Amino acid sequence: MNRQEILEAVTQDQLKPAGEFSNFSVGDTIDVHVQIIEGEKERIQVYQGVLIAEKGRGINRTITVRRIVANEGVERIFPLHSPRIVKIEVVRRGDARRAKLYFLRNRVGKARRLRDQRRGLKHVN
Amino acid sequence: MASALLGRKLGMTRYFTEEGVNIPVTVIQAGPCVVTQVKTEETDGYSAIQIGYEDINARRSTMPVIGHDHKAGASPKRFHRELRTEEVDVELGDTITVECFEDVPFVDICGRSKGKGFQGGMKRHNFAGLEASHGVKRRHRSVGSIGGHSANLGTGPKLKKGKRMPGHMGDENVTARSLEIIAIDTDRDLILVKGTVPGPNNASVFVRPSVRLNRVKTTAARKKK
Repeated sequence: MNRQEILEAVTQDQLKPAGEFSNFSVGDTIDVHVQIIEGEKERIQVYQGVLIAEKGRGINRTITVRRIVANEGVERIFPLHSPRIVKIEVVRRGDARRAKLYFLRNRVGKARRLRDQRRGLKHVN
Repeated sequence: MASALLGRKLGMTRYFTEEGVNIPVTVIQAGPCVVTQVKTEETDGYSAIQIGYEDINARRSTMPVIGHDHKAGASPKRFHRELRTEEVDVELGDTITVECFEDVPFVDICGRSKGKGFQGGMKRHNFAGLEASHGVKRRHRSVGSIGGHSANLGTGPKLKKGKRMPGHMGDENVTARSLEIIAIDTDRDLILVKGTVPGPNNASVFVRPSVRLNRVKTTAARKKK
């Protein structure tokens, strides 16, 4: 085994099953269910936003999710294989023509919306 | 059992604990190492063992090394390193594997840092440089005044020795102290330590149990046991 193969093998048993993250793509509005641990208590927090970028592979795979809170853009980067990421649900399918939607950062108001892939390319949030 | 190994730095990745804490880890392939020489008080005036790591093609080795390793019943090794021991509890030809780190919570890792070439004072010693404006011209990254030539030395024509200035940076022996062991893989001879290790990927490193721990890590080490 060469160096890269060993590194991959080390993280192999930490990866989630292969098909786990195949249902969403860049441009979708998604719900990320994050486990929050506060001392003894555990709870699930849902973070909803537009998936604007996917990066990395293997255990380093991350997604960037952008949402607007109090008229201020907030982006969170989630490592997909973290045990804290419980579930990811697609809320709306967005029509994206590029892999990284960083241009959304410069958009204000209604221009922020992406076209809906499923419902005949109508605008959605 | 003597616990110190030679190995190679394979690279970095991340490791999630069961609680979901994301730990940056360096993967090190360490050992198996062969004891190639045992030095004792009687024969050498001090006691130590020498370990060898990684087989090398005999044609690429030298006769002295081949003969030296052959005495231990081993094929010629690429790297050798001596470690002082209080008492010698191994024999010539014994093999040391990563299992010797199973009860060790923290390790020191010695390697050779990446060479940076000739660097200025800002990069090499974290100097602040000069100002960006207010009349500074073409000296924005310069060291500034280096003091009088008699400073701290009484009088003399030269600067005090060790004055920090631009020069060659990196490519020196560096020890990363007290790195936490996250996991040990006995099948593949791997050690996963928390944090960074000097040198590029594939560089040879020396792993030993930590020599000195700070207070936080001492308590953590006791808890682990």
